[in-house]
Amino acid sequence: MSKDIKIKRGLTIKLKGEAEKTLSSAPRSRTFAIRPSEFHLVKPKMVLKEGEKVKAGETLFYSKDNEAIKFVSPVSGTLTKIERGAKRVIVQLTIEADAQDDFKEFGPLNSGSSNPVEIKARLLESGCWPFIMQRPYAIIADPEDEPRDIFISGVSTAPLANDLDFSLKGKEQQLQSAVTALSKLTKGSLHVGVGKGESPFKGLKDIVLHTVSGPHPAGNVGTQINKIAPVNKNEVVWTVAPQDLVIIGDMLLTGKFNAERTIALVGSSVKTPKYYKTKIGAEVSTFLYDSGLDEENVRVINGDVLTGYKTSPKGFMGFYNNTVSVIPEGDDYELFGWNKPVFDKISTSRALTFSWLTPNKKFELDTNTNGEHRAFVVTGNYEEVFPLDMYPLQMLKACMVKDLDAMEALGMYEVAPEDFSLTEFICVSKQPHQQIIRNGLDLMYKEIG
Amino acid sequence: MGLKQNLHKLKEKYKGTKMAPAFNALHTFLYTPNETTHSGSHVRVVDDLKRTMNTVIMALVPCLLFGIFNAGYQHYAAIDNSLRLDPVANFFTMDNFLMGCITVLPLVIVSYGVGLLVEFIFAIIKKHEVEEGYLVTGMLVPLIVPVDIPLWMLAVAVIFGVVIGKEVFGGTGMNILNPALTIRAFLFFAYPTWMSGDKVWVHGAKEMAAQPDAISGETILGSLAQNSEPIYSTWDMFWGFIPGSVGETSTFLILIGALFLIFTKIGSWRIILSTVLGAIAMGLIFNGVVNAGWIGEGSKFYGLMSETWWHHLIIGGFAFGAVYMATDPVTASQTNKGKWIYGFLIGFLGIMIRVFNPAYPEGIMLAILLMNVFAPTIDHYVVQGNIKRRMKRFKVKTA
Repeated sequence: MSKDIKIKRGLTIKLKGEAEKTLSSAPRSRTFAIRPSEFHLVKPKMVLKEGEKVKAGETLFYSKDNEAIKFVSPVSGTLTKIERGAKRVIVQLTIEADAQDDFKEFGPLNSGSSNPVEIKARLLESGCWPFIMQRPYAIIADPEDEPRDIFISGVSTAPLANDLDFSLKGKEQQLQSAVTALSKLTKGSLHVGVGKGESPFKGLKDIVLHTVSGPHPAGNVGTQINKIAPVNKNEVVWTVAPQDLVIIGDMLLTGKFNAERTIALVGSSVKTPKYYKTKIGAEVSTFLYDSGLDEENVRVINGDVLTGYKTSPKGFMGFYNNTVSVIPEGDDYELFGWNKPVFDKISTSRALTFSWLTPNKKFELDTNTNGEHRAFVVTGNYEEVFPLDMYPLQMLKACMVKDLDAMEALGMYEVAPEDFSLTEFICVSKQPHQQIIRNGLDLMYKEIG
Repeated sequence: MGLKQNLHKLKEKYKGTKMAPAFNALHTFLYTPNETTHSGSHVRVVDDLKRTMNTVIMALVPCLLFGIFNAGYQHYAAIDNSLRLDPVANFFTMDNFLMGCITVLPLVIVSYGVGLLVEFIFAIIKKHEVEEGYLVTGMLVPLIVPVDIPLWMLAVAVIFGVVIGKEVFGGTGMNILNPALTIRAFLFFAYPTWMSGDKVWVHGAKEMAAQPDAISGETILGSLAQNSEPIYSTWDMFWGFIPGSVGETSTFLILIGALFLIFTKIGSWRIILSTVLGAIAMGLIFNGVVNAGWIGEGSKFYGLMSETWWHHLIIGGFAFGAVYMATDPVTASQTNKGKWIYGFLIGFLGIMIRVFNPAYPEGIMLAILLMNVFAPTIDHYVVQGNIKRRMKRFKVKTA
């Protein structure tokens, strides 16, 4: 069943600030934060009140729509603040951490000998369930479903991405435990895509291994799903990120929710980009200033530069990401930026832009949009970086006009916003592709799902 | 530094006011804005719509310069036919250039002045930014009209073209018909005597028509339509020393422009190539029909149909239309497969209309406008192919 996946259409963005392959431990953060907005469409229902003590792995809140899905604390400490925004939506939960973690004990679970019901119950109870995402709709998986297949991308091709072969090294036991458990939740297969390197996934049991090659987005799980077995109407597949498998596996082996992960601090504004051991929800500043910043005016991004979300040097590690990118802000004007020859920025055209002359150069890009928002004009360029078998421009337009029939026919069930990150990157009209797709998916979920 | 800060202050001052779009249009012409990304992709490529449009304009500049010289050259050569004996020596002269400037530059100024005025007014009324689409349209328009077109007609046509051809659909990116061709089609149907015949292509020909020293400026297609041999050599046609709309005559420079557009990845090579293929196909069919003896020399179509197939590529507006008009991404097919069909049909129908149009021996304008209308239909069927594949996958699964 295993097959090699070769991607032709795509674009690998080469940026300055790749993480050096050395691992440091970030000092323990004093406060931790969880932002419910990361859990798309989840309406949090608090279990704890401000000022209450919490153990690592103890439930902070659950989803109002499905009470079984619990969200737990990454550390032990005191829930000091529940910050609310407009319409009393919970924006952020802040936890004052204890000096030492006190774990809630779930007890080890042998994934080899357990049945699916036990595994599911354990994943839900221990707060590991939110790591499992589903397609269609790119939201947290519904525990009632039985997925057709489960997909894991063990290779990352995103700009300055965390090298999984490095950061997951030595975690084979945890990975094995997690994939064995997950593989019992589907009648189909658990597909894992790996690169050409020494992947810790190679040699694991209970998986179907695929070798993936080609430019970004070859490492996106959506690309791999499309090439291995695309999602059809009425089908559900699940996806899990490899760094989250480690936490799941660790929980199964030890019975503790250990939120520790190896993250890559990258970007051209970081003095010495490298890998850090830290925890979900930890203060970014605990490692940011250890590596040092080149300048003041920077954008700190939870995730990679194409799909991450904005935070600040005072912000916190996200729940899902294994990369923190720091790049210069581009909030300045540029004289005749629209017609002068450009050598130091990436372009997919050759319209007095010369990045095609230096295919191996590493660029230092800032957050400037390099132009204003316009209607779609240029055609045919998205297709060059979009390897999925569908029409990206038509899909975006269908989402914008809220044409549900067209969205369904064009393949909306197969995509997540991240699949449109490259088309967004190269968009001449500076349209917010990922937001358009997100809104389209949400509309579809509301009307059909 | 001073200018940048002052403009920034002005921008903040105008923010939210009615004048904001007008001010921003001028501001962004000088400086790319300080806008940053918020979510999604935090970094973006350097290409924007201004750069894209600017590239097309750069590809048009050689045609404009040549058109200026040619306007003067055709005028003087019509008066003194001996100049045509050595076009190369008599072409790039100061006299030609000055005469060309006098006749062509007003067209450019009116086209941009009136067109941008309409754009600004609409931007202010509809509270959106001034979009770049007209930068290219404004350059195309003077290049595709006869040199002596009265300026007021041009102004009326530009207003019509921008308002009805573009703004009523929602502005740049939303239009169905190519705005520059909408303007030309308006002129063509509203003022046919100024757009066709043998008196409009050379400056002064119309005014001097009644005088004893009348000059003529028959285009090659015009001669062929009357079954008479054109007086120009094939090389004249290729280099462009022939009468015609201002910027369309030099196939050589258009070819350079095409290569530039394809190299910069701004123009679609699929459309350009397939348009040429379509024209060749039609040209070969006509030649074949003539060779088979189905069309006699007495037929009024004989002249155009018997013209060697590849000559169609270098006479009239074909090359200009294929490179600069058919490739407009907004009005062309948007799928890669669709572009092949769209382009081929433009070439095919363009040559067909050129030969069979009794009133006016050129068809590329009408062919492009026609295919503009059909482009969404072509795309629909191309996309259906993808949808059917997906449906089939679904049915196999559920069966």
